[in-house]
Amino acid sequence: MSRAPSEAGVVRPYGDRRDDGAVQLSFVLPLEAGARAREAATAIARQLGLEQVHVAAMERAAEGFTFFVVYARTAAAVDLGALEVPEVTLEHRGFDELNAHALRAVGRRIVVLGACTGADAHAVGIDAIMNMKGFAGDPGLERYPCLDARNLGAQVENVDLARACGAAGADAVLVSQVVTQRDVHRRNARDLVEQLERLGLRGRVIAILGGPRIDHRLALELGYDAGFGPGTRPSDVAAYVVAEVIRRRGTGPGP
Amino acid sequence: MLLDDGRRVPDLPLDPEEIGRCRELAAAVTDPVLAFVERHTTVSIERTVLRLLGMNGAGPGGVPLANLAVDELARRGLLGRGAAWWFGLALREGAAAPADVAARIASLPERAPKVEPSADREIRALVAEETRAAVAELRDRVARRDGLRRELGVGPRPHRYLIVATGNIHDDVAQARAAAQAGADVIAVIRSTAQSLLDYVPEGATTEGFGGTYATQENFRIMRAALDDESRRLGRYLQLTNYSSGLCMPEIAYLAAVERLDMLLNDAMYGILFRDINMRRTLCDQHFSRRICALAGIVINTGEDNYITTADADEAAHTVIASQFVNEAFAHRAGLPDRLVGLGHAFEIDPAREDTIARELAQALLVRTLFPAAPIKYMPPTKHKGGDIFFAHAYDVMADVIGAVTGQGIQLLGMMTEAMHNPLLMDRFVALRAADYVGRAWRSMGGELELRRGGLVEARAAATLHRARLLLEEVAREGLFAAIGKARFGDVARQETGGKGLAGVVERDPDHFNPLLDLLEAR
Repeated sequence: MSRAPSEAGVVRPYGDRRDDGAVQLSFVLPLEAGARAREAATAIARQLGLEQVHVAAMERAAEGFTFFVVYARTAAAVDLGALEVPEVTLEHRGFDELNAHALRAVGRRIVVLGACTGADAHAVGIDAIMNMKGFAGDPGLERYPCLDARNLGAQVENVDLARACGAAGADAVLVSQVVTQRDVHRRNARDLVEQLERLGLRGRVIAILGGPRIDHRLALELGYDAGFGPGTRPSDVAAYVVAEVIRRRGTGPGP
Repeated sequence: MLLDDGRRVPDLPLDPEEIGRCRELAAAVTDPVLAFVERHTTVSIERTVLRLLGMNGAGPGGVPLANLAVDELARRGLLGRGAAWWFGLALREGAAAPADVAARIASLPERAPKVEPSADREIRALVAEETRAAVAELRDRVARRDGLRRELGVGPRPHRYLIVATGNIHDDVAQARAAAQAGADVIAVIRSTAQSLLDYVPEGATTEGFGGTYATQENFRIMRAALDDESRRLGRYLQLTNYSSGLCMPEIAYLAAVERLDMLLNDAMYGILFRDINMRRTLCDQHFSRRICALAGIVINTGEDNYITTADADEAAHTVIASQFVNEAFAHRAGLPDRLVGLGHAFEIDPAREDTIARELAQALLVRTLFPAAPIKYMPPTKHKGGDIFFAHAYDVMADVIGAVTGQGIQLLGMMTEAMHNPLLMDRFVALRAADYVGRAWRSMGGELELRRGGLVEARAAATLHRARLLLEEVAREGLFAAIGKARFGDVARQETGGKGLAGVVERDPDHFNPLLDLLEAR
């Protein structure tokens, strides 16, 4: 392992020394535990490009299934300068300041609709962002005087949500997708964008996608304006919505 | 306190007058609802009766025969007399097979045909006899389940409850067997998302689902057969559970009884609050489905844990207790003894706060002490989990410890990957291993600990009980329908005539005939 300081902008996994490349992983093999299974686990790790493979644990998980914990070193390195990272950039203000700023710049309350769409019944995410109470001490969008935030709840059909956007004159729509089995979230998320387009609303409404398996890149790919993943606070979404509405009106600096 | 199963938990002194008052209030909340229930039937209740009478399987286009028949009756306004009566009429006129009955019902005239009183008596006697025979057969199946359970015995409490949810029943079987071999006592097959909103029960074995596997009679049968086999191999009876919730509560309860399931998720208010199912519909359906559970010895699991995944677990602790009193009252009114009332709650207080263990312990012990003979179901943390599996694992272990010390009956094991995906084989294995260690290590500690008088735990439990009583006072005064309209439970408001499924609630005619209900009520 090289002791030399890494080149500027190149990073590698870190265990206890810079650039040692230490990684941990765990997996199950459909095998009975034993010398052969241990060797198979080691070979899998080597095929992943890992070196100094140490099978730290091999436990029988069930008949014909064995659980492994593996520590190893990787030579993989990443040049940060070569990465392209779509990111929602946010300018955070205090709660009162954001409200005053938005009301001054927009002159009315910004209409935001939120829903968990399609067959998805998991309202936890949309509730955490929209509902008055918010999440982890961060108040929800319903609490913002500058926002007219309406949570339509779970299992809302895309076509109904698109129509509701038209009827309410929505500035932004928040869509939460929690169930991701067999990529149902992708199809469903894209469908809302199509419904908005069909009604001629896509240009007028800021479309935002959120959920535990969502990131900004995926959201852009699916035709949304922004994506928010795990750990998002309501204040992140509020800051983005306000800045984007103002940007689109051409009455303020961009987000 | 000594539990029925021999475990001891720390004594929690509570005001007996306050507890008694909560039970009086819960009765006052449920009485008017039951009066409504007794004047109505629903499409799902009527389909259940037809299924019991043999109308299983699907017709053209895959629509279940029971749906075809009941929809035809509802459309003509004939459902108020009870589908069983029309079934009897078709039999009397010579129908032989269930499909034939459904076809005859579909060709009934738009106005109810006149029938002589003697013929009416014959129809009722005929169907009552058929019903008695069908119920006897159902009891035989349940007795077989109980026989195997007695023969092999179940594991020590808390029973470890694990979820499988691959979407494919055959993959579910492989995952369930692996979980059982690693120590699971109860296997829950999570349903495909949104099945609760289907107003019919799908047919056959299914291999495609989203976020879970469809609840069908055939899927129940496949999983129960695999668990019977695995139970024998392990020498330990494995229990199976599914969901009697949504728009088909009574039908699922019946199909689960037929296929010898051991438990069912079944909550009086869950569908109303979290699936926006009409409250009249759910309250009628929950009563009938619970009567079937009482007949079949199925343990119900109530869903109070859900309140504190939406509302703040710390602030809404009393809503859980209030709802448990209401669920208990509904359960007793449906003939369920305490041993079949698996009241639910959860370990969900935000771990970023201080002294959460004192409050979790207070809550778990409060529930245990208030409902000493009920097999309390304890749910793990979910809401405050992110992708850090190592933290999540430590967090789950805390819930396991509280479950052990407070003598919970059924413990759903938390998954370290809760926030990411449906459980993988290794997620269950890791959870079972930790739970196994906790169960062994804390075996006798519940009986060793004594709470400080007037301390954090005791004061918190008393305060929660008191707030539950105040909430029940309010709900009893306003009525349950109005209270739900004001978001008293789970921070969710629903209106009496809103939500899905209201059209399926039908007033019973004065000559309403439901021979299954007659038998269930006579028990």
